[in-house]
Amino acid sequence: MNQTASWQAELNRIQWIALAIGGGALALAILVTLLNLVNPAQFFQSYLFAYLFWLGLALGCFGISMLHRMVGGKWGFVTRRILEAGAMVLPVMALLFLPLAFGLHELYPWAQPELVAAEEALQHRQVLYNPMGFLLRAALYLGIWIGFAYLLRRWSLAQDRTGDPAYAVRMRLLSRAGMLLYVLTVTFAAWDWAMSLEAHWYSTIYGVLFISREAVIGLAFAIALLGLLSRRPPLAEVVTPEHFYDLGKLLLGFVMIWAYIHLSQFLIIWAGNLPEEVTWYTARIRGGWGWIGRFLILTLFVLPFVLLLSRRLKFSIPTLSTLAAAIVLLYLVDLFWFIVPTFHPADLQIHLFDLLIPLGIGGIWVAAFVRQLKGQPLLPRYADAAPTSTQLQEAPSHG
Amino acid sequence: MAEAENIPPVYGLMAEFTSPDELLTAAQQTYAAGYRRMDAYTPFPVEGLSKAIGFRRSGVPLIMLIGGIVGGGGGYLLQYYVSVINYPLNVGGRPLHSWPAFIPVTFELTVLIAALAGAIGMLALNGLPKPYHPVFNVERFQLASKDRFFLCIEATDDQFDQAETRRFLESLKPLTVSSVEH
Repeated sequence: MNQTASWQAELNRIQWIALAIGGGALALAILVTLLNLVNPAQFFQSYLFAYLFWLGLALGCFGISMLHRMVGGKWGFVTRRILEAGAMVLPVMALLFLPLAFGLHELYPWAQPELVAAEEALQHRQVLYNPMGFLLRAALYLGIWIGFAYLLRRWSLAQDRTGDPAYAVRMRLLSRAGMLLYVLTVTFAAWDWAMSLEAHWYSTIYGVLFISREAVIGLAFAIALLGLLSRRPPLAEVVTPEHFYDLGKLLLGFVMIWAYIHLSQFLIIWAGNLPEEVTWYTARIRGGWGWIGRFLILTLFVLPFVLLLSRRLKFSIPTLSTLAAAIVLLYLVDLFWFIVPTFHPADLQIHLFDLLIPLGIGGIWVAAFVRQLKGQPLLPRYADAAPTSTQLQEAPSHG
Repeated sequence: MAEAENIPPVYGLMAEFTSPDELLTAAQQTYAAGYRRMDAYTPFPVEGLSKAIGFRRSGVPLIMLIGGIVGGGGGYLLQYYVSVINYPLNVGGRPLHSWPAFIPVTFELTVLIAALAGAIGMLALNGLPKPYHPVFNVERFQLASKDRFFLCIEATDDQFDQAETRRFLESLKPLTVSSVEH
């Protein structure tokens, strides 16, 4: 009892520290911008990539909890509460979207009348890309994500309370619909919020690239958190290296999918070699941006791939969770490299805001996550949502 | 190596159990008693059994790693040889050694050769295909694919002694103990 109380107190402390750091950093950035000490465009550019990273983390948790509901598996049992808490940060991310609504004309070429007047391509795109349509669609995407995440969480807790197996079936059906909508909404959101930064450039695989990135960071985040939380009860009594072995194999798979998708985009553009398409990559593979790109290939694909091949590493809880935590943080650099060169195509430019604003949104994210995590028992009561995998697990004892 | 008089008269001794738990316990006791050359036969995978009979790490991962490196390296070099040395062709003004174009084939060959090496290596390490195996000389052994669980101590074990080992197996309370003829 005493142990639980001190654990709760510690979580409370983390929550408030994170909120203070995050709120402070964000308030400072807003204040500095309002005092005209920094170009407002810089604020929105830093805000956009930081927002997309932290939103991706919440969406990754959301997508993987739906995946678990559909396919089952004991890896999802121990990470269920972590993933659900991560998905429940989405309402906070919806609030944090609001500042972007004030910066459309600073970010997107289609929101700048003088650019639209000069560009025929942009005039044709006004049907899709206009401020009203953009904001309505954003509300729709966020509404769908929050609705599904909320229902999933509610039914998951109700299942623990009542033990009614009907909830498992209901959650599986919800996840099927949710996964379909997730793929569609993330694709369109990626086009709206990130790809439309470019006036001419487009890539049809762009949305899938976001989805595969979210899968990696969602899973890596769950592994890192499980590594931390499995040091003490109640998870310490249940979590075994076998869980990490399974999670490590999944992570290797997701890392490879992400690299495969990104290579597909690169290869098609490289092979086509069309002037309006290659600009996206020429900005990113030259100079300072190019060095960041090489660093990302090494740290987000080559190293994780080679390390995750090792069976011993996947069985080691501290090593695997440290690697997973590093992967999550490095994807912030990946988003920086993915989004920001559009604003500074000539060469690498890092502004203080590129550090301050990710810290600000991140602090608020962590506080919201801890709030969700501490409210419920870390260990679910019912082993598996999917009856098929339960049957598989039980098969040997029945002969 | 084995000379004619050194060939043991039987392949081994086989004990039959009715449940996976009994087999698991028996296997652990057999290992604890110092026997090393044994094998277990079950209708479905039993968790922890391979550990209980002292199964060490298999060589399959290493074979697969070598297969993957050979496949990837070979795939890349094949493309390099064809595009740069054997039949240089100007494609859209690109350099002859255009590595991005080589990646898909390199990747696919890495996976293909690693998977083939894994499958063939697994068969080779298991000594498969094996048209004849002495354990099938035991009539009740057909139940191993139905509802019985077998533990066989092989005669090649240093500690193997027909009378002594049979007594040991019977102490594990199996359903039957049979001698496995060659």
